[in-house]
Amino acid sequence: MHVPDGFFNAAVSGSAGAVAAAGVAVCLRGARRELDDRTAPMAGLVAAFIFAVQMLNFPVAAGTSGHLLGGALAAILVGPYTGVLCMAVVLLVQGVFFADGGLTALGINVTIMGIVTVLVGWGVFRLVTQLVRGKGGVTAAAFLASLISVPAAALAFTLLFWIGGTAPIEVSAVAVAMGGVHVLIGVGEGLITAFTVGAVLAVRPDLVYGARGLASSLVLRGPDGATTVEPAARPATAGHGLRPFLLGGVGLTLLLAGVVSFFASSSPDGLEAVAENKGFIDQATEHLMSWSPLGDYGEVGGIPVGVAGVIGVGIVLLVAGAVGYAARTRGQAAAGDDKIKV
Amino acid sequence: MNSLEVSRLAYAYPDGTQALFGVDLTIGRGERVALLGPNGAGKTTLVMHLNGILTPGHGTVTVAGTPVRKDTLKEVRRRVGLVFQDPDDQLFMPTVRDDVAFGPANMGLTGEELERAVKGALERVGMLEAADRPPHHLSFGQRRRVAVATVLAMEPEILVLDEPSSNLDPAARRELAEILRSLDVTVLMVTHDLPYALELCERSLILSDGVIAADGPTRELLADPELLAAHRLELPYGFAIPAPAEPA
Amino acid sequence: MGAGHHHQLYLPGASAVHRLPPQCKLLAVFAFAVVVVATPRERFWAFALYALLLAAVAWAARVPPGHVLRRMAIELPFVLFAFLIPVIGMGERTTVLGLSLSVPGLWAAWNILAKATLGVVASILLAATTEPRTILLGAQRLRVPSLLVQIAMFMLRYLDVILDEMRRMRVARESRGFEARDVRQLPAVARSAGALFIRSYERGERVHLAMLSRGYSGRMPMLGEVSASAAQWGVALLLPVSALAVLGLSL
Ligand SMILES: Nc1ncnc2c1ncn2[C@@H]1O[C@H](COP(=O)(O)OP(=O)(O)O)[C@@H](O)[C@H]1O
Ligand SMILES: [Mg+2]
Repeated sequence: MHVPDGFFNAAVSGSAGAVAAAGVAVCLRGARRELDDRTAPMAGLVAAFIFAVQMLNFPVAAGTSGHLLGGALAAILVGPYTGVLCMAVVLLVQGVFFADGGLTALGINVTIMGIVTVLVGWGVFRLVTQLVRGKGGVTAAAFLASLISVPAAALAFTLLFWIGGTAPIEVSAVAVAMGGVHVLIGVGEGLITAFTVGAVLAVRPDLVYGARGLASSLVLRGPDGATTVEPAARPATAGHGLRPFLLGGVGLTLLLAGVVSFFASSSPDGLEAVAENKGFIDQATEHLMSWSPLGDYGEVGGIPVGVAGVIGVGIVLLVAGAVGYAARTRGQAAAGDDKIKV
Repeated sequence: MNSLEVSRLAYAYPDGTQALFGVDLTIGRGERVALLGPNGAGKTTLVMHLNGILTPGHGTVTVAGTPVRKDTLKEVRRRVGLVFQDPDDQLFMPTVRDDVAFGPANMGLTGEELERAVKGALERVGMLEAADRPPHHLSFGQRRRVAVATVLAMEPEILVLDEPSSNLDPAARRELAEILRSLDVTVLMVTHDLPYALELCERSLILSDGVIAADGPTRELLADPELLAAHRLELPYGFAIPAPAEPA
Repeated sequence: MGAGHHHQLYLPGASAVHRLPPQCKLLAVFAFAVVVVATPRERFWAFALYALLLAAVAWAARVPPGHVLRRMAIELPFVLFAFLIPVIGMGERTTVLGLSLSVPGLWAAWNILAKATLGVVASILLAATTEPRTILLGAQRLRVPSLLVQIAMFMLRYLDVILDEMRRMRVARESRGFEARDVRQLPAVARSAGALFIRSYERGERVHLAMLSRGYSGRMPMLGEVSASAAQWGVALLLPVSALAVLGLSL
């Protein structure tokens, strides 16, 4: 899914860049709270892991194979803010060091594969862990969170494609193809994430951000062999509210909506500009304008170009927000015996 | 003042495995002490407490009079130089020079001063020529020497080495022993390599099942086959403890 | 996905391109990509000139064409997709070699192929002439937030460890006759990912502990400095500025 240069028009690439930069800025602030001095090394490790596992292609159906996106996994292991940073770094390194994903498409790649997957993945994860408690709940939540995060990313891709893709393909066809394949890939992603989280949980529960264990009591053995039992000094676990994360997510959505709609409606891309100025390849332009609903809206003139896209983004974020909100209210209701800090 | 005091130290890992069950030990300034114990005795766990990487579940650790607490961590980490079991864990920077500079730079050294600290430390372990090479291109023995240098560059009060002789060939093992003997800092050397302990340390402690089971001159402890057997420690086949006159 | 041997993109050398400070090269390549993307797709000769510019850079950097061509495989999935567009695209159709193809689809395919290829080649040239660690120093100079630079630094450091573990595990798997053929093998792949994570996580944690014991407190001491002179900036920006001139002529 690493989008190369030239796949989206300049307006969408630019606005996605602004969205990605804003998202990363929010997460830079939030990340310090999640892992303190462990942030950089742990995030680097998770980033390297995701990079490596992305090379592990798994068979999906006859003839096709998929690979991990990793956003949900990162969010569950190191927390949502740090998770976004991990994904951003993976994509940055892939783009700059390995020529994988265009430099001008970096914003699009970070938005789709970093921000959307983490936001959706973490929202679903929080919701499910509130509903089902214990280690089983965490593993199940990891499965569902990553399963859903993949089609969500595909949806975001389709949405951006609808607004500013450069290929004349019916959006519904893109949606069906992307959606269908990515639900299957999502199952693979879900399994890998669930197994990874489950395995880490079994051996090192303290390493899973979404599930912190409890300290038990200690046995002291004297020189004479006599033993006493002492309660263990409990290390303080840094819990933090979901609210800033949610606010960040909503803010980001609004920004995405606003910026994208602004650019999409005010500046046509290079081709359109030339076509308008010189009447060049009129026919092609006509087709271009009519292939997307966006074009239809433009012709009808009722709804400004881009607003439809904004509505779409809004819906996605509303769902994510509702999921997060539900998780939070449930979390407060169960605040008395929370084993998993919200 | 003692370099190190540990009292009633107990610790359980997050998964519930308890590794230490009340450790007591004291090491005086300038001493070279071996901490002996079989695999799984809790040696590494104990070492991790000495500079506050792990926080005691119970009990206290004091380094040169400073108790190890959250607010003293910076000070303690400067005074305790920890050389890890696996040099690949210890060397994480792109070049040997950067790696050795990492500790002193964190302490605030810059420019000339930093350069001097790095050069001095690399010289002491005989690795100055390798300064610009990436650590993972070095041999295992060289990497362990660089690992020692990364810690020496911080001028520690006490040097703690976890299994320093493991995986070394005889020549590298001897070179490391010479380096350790040439240093005038307090040394706590964790090992199950009994001849190495005898060669380098006057005094030894035996850690077994998470408590100190014996404390005395290395020569005496190693001469007690029953004690060794009780704690799953074995001298290499055919090894005989040399006569008291220390070989040169 | 990023080819398995991740340091292979870098070609050690001492050419003028190699010696340019990394921040200059980063900015130059990025600006070049922006110009390419902004170029109207029917300006064929502009794209030809861009390709010539890149060829000149490759020649100056002594990067052999084979090196670049092999690395371009990264683009393959999108090339395949680009070839598909004219077939499934909408709009007016034309017949090429007996195939009915969409005209806007052909334009779109050309657009993606040309721009993506130029972008990929520019990135390959950057990576071929700049060590990863130096790229990070350059990023730091360009005010990329230090936390991101640090994460990237650790990522590169751990990548070796993880890829090694991965290779060992794959050998172990395959020497016992395992082959990922269809979806039924997915759990096995997933489980090995879990094991891989724990192994590398514990390694990473030990590295982190080693850092803590040497006074690390969440901030990397600045150990390298790379400053660029005006002349170096001038040389580096030759690429995007020439591209911009081409773009200007083409409009
Ligand atoms: N990270 C960990 N989580 C849980 N248990 C651990 C961990 N590290 C070590 N242990 C356990 O603690 C005990 C002591 O281990 P360790 O201190 O490494 O022993 P030694 O270094 O003496 O070989 C062992 O039983 C080991 O299995
Ligand atoms: Mg050990």
